[in-house]
Amino acid sequence: MTDTIKHLSALLVAGKASSVELCQDYLGRIARLNPQLNAFVSVDPDRTLAEAQAADARRAGGNVGIPAGPLTGVPIAHKDIFCAEGWLTTCGSKMLSNFVSPYDAHVIEQFKLAGMPALGKTNMDEFAMGSSNETSYFGPVKNPWDTSRVPGGSSGGSAAAVAGRLCPGATGTDTGGSIRQPAAFTGITGLKPTYGVVSRYGMIAFASSLDQAGPMAQTAEDCACLLNIMAGHDPRDSTSLERDKEDYARDLSLPLAGLKVGLPREFFGAGLTGDTARAVEAAIAQLQKQGAQIVEIGLPNSKLSVAAYYVLAPAEASSNLSRFDGVRYGYRTPEYGNLAEMYEKTRAEGFGPEVKRRIMIGAYVLSHGYYDAYYLQAQKLRRLIAQDFVEAFKVCDLILGPTAPTTAFKLGEKTADPVEMYLSDIYTIAVNLAGLPGMSLPCGFDAQGLPIGMQLIGNYFAEARMLNVAHQYQLATDWHTRAPPLPETSGVRW
Amino acid sequence: MSLSLQDVQRIAHLARIRVDEAEAAAYQTQLNGIFGLIEEMQAVDTCGVLPMSHAQDLSQRLRADVVSESDHRAAFQAVAPQVENGLYLVPKVIE
Repeated sequence: MTDTIKHLSALLVAGKASSVELCQDYLGRIARLNPQLNAFVSVDPDRTLAEAQAADARRAGGNVGIPAGPLTGVPIAHKDIFCAEGWLTTCGSKMLSNFVSPYDAHVIEQFKLAGMPALGKTNMDEFAMGSSNETSYFGPVKNPWDTSRVPGGSSGGSAAAVAGRLCPGATGTDTGGSIRQPAAFTGITGLKPTYGVVSRYGMIAFASSLDQAGPMAQTAEDCACLLNIMAGHDPRDSTSLERDKEDYARDLSLPLAGLKVGLPREFFGAGLTGDTARAVEAAIAQLQKQGAQIVEIGLPNSKLSVAAYYVLAPAEASSNLSRFDGVRYGYRTPEYGNLAEMYEKTRAEGFGPEVKRRIMIGAYVLSHGYYDAYYLQAQKLRRLIAQDFVEAFKVCDLILGPTAPTTAFKLGEKTADPVEMYLSDIYTIAVNLAGLPGMSLPCGFDAQGLPIGMQLIGNYFAEARMLNVAHQYQLATDWHTRAPPLPETSGVRW
Repeated sequence: MSLSLQDVQRIAHLARIRVDEAEAAAYQTQLNGIFGLIEEMQAVDTCGVLPMSHAQDLSQRLRADVVSESDHRAAFQAVAPQVENGLYLVPKVIE
């Protein structure tokens, strides 16, 4: 593979390419292919190239003070949910369509410190609410494997950009599956860390007790490198965990002998289509060949996760999104009489239909007389769902299953019925409710040539072990090396 | 349960989102569909289960009582819809 982060880093270290050359190549590719994919909502070549020049100077030992790291000069793309100083930061919404962020999110700061130039901001479902990228104010992202299909969501722009080789890696966020499901739909690798590992400072909030940022790239090894940069304590996020810095790549080369992989019987039942089931079963057989042992487990309450999630996430969203009122930043309706009218018209015009639905569900379940029946009951189910995982991890090291029940669906196929759209996250949501780490990696293709993803779920803070298993699997298979049928995605670019 | 058009208008008002009559009817159908999905929660006996509000059992950290923020007023107000003399402008609140 010639365009992984690992490979680009080696080229830069050996002096065989400069960051400016790499960024020019990717910017050119974005200019040529983005009109058909719509993966990026903002690019700023001058800014990117200035950052690339600074990275090259740093690597050359110029008078810039901070020594270069292994990824200095490797470009990256950022989901448009991260505030980035001087960049339009829209969160996929009309509400923030004019918002140029005056500050950097913690994640953005970390990538700047590492010297990784930003190629642009990637498209996403509005306020990260969606599973297909069709709720974006800036139009849907197209799946590079078949442009009549969705890339998944909400981090669909990041996923399509990585899959289409418009960037070597990207940031994403995951509240109910928003890194893992698009990773599965586009044939890339994506990781949602344990809740609290990556700071949420400057990451526009959807459901604060569930939101977590993570890396998206071609390989598990690349994800480990990116997570090393993103993770770490940040006092500006009160839920950021105070833990020692760890090297997420430290266990990549460990053998899999003795690994106990749990298969939840609930994830292999009805609703899983033939090709996906077959691909995941083949992946299990492959891991067994590499020394893993299989244990059957039960997650009996996971079937309740979609219902509990669609109470808890909208409740938190209705509170978080109350800040968008047309007073301090973002969109304000042009015509209004009094203050109440200004609020109501601003929010009616600034938010799209899916965001409004979720705010209304949240307002309702938190309102007087309904709190116990909905919000409190959902919090109790959350406990039961999390407790299932505690029991499961007594008998296995990792849990494996499909990431999504189907492969990428057609644009427009599920937009008429919100409930049908919600069910595409049926295997990923429980992980967010429990706060566990989860990842998706490619494990095959369906009959139409669309990628299939398998999900690994780890115990709290088991990211290094998950990345180890994914990396060992990727050493033995080549699904993650397959590129979609776009110009120049096969063959040597670098 | 099933939401009436009146319920939808009440929720929209709570959420400070203007919804006209045609929209209200569409929301009524969609929200009822979503509540149909949520309703399956009610069948579960959760007697004695402690509600879980957060993934990590954390207490809030305390920090030293010192000024940690610098003045960003000009930068922050540069992105505001309407400001004057360092103040955010909104329609008159008290008549």
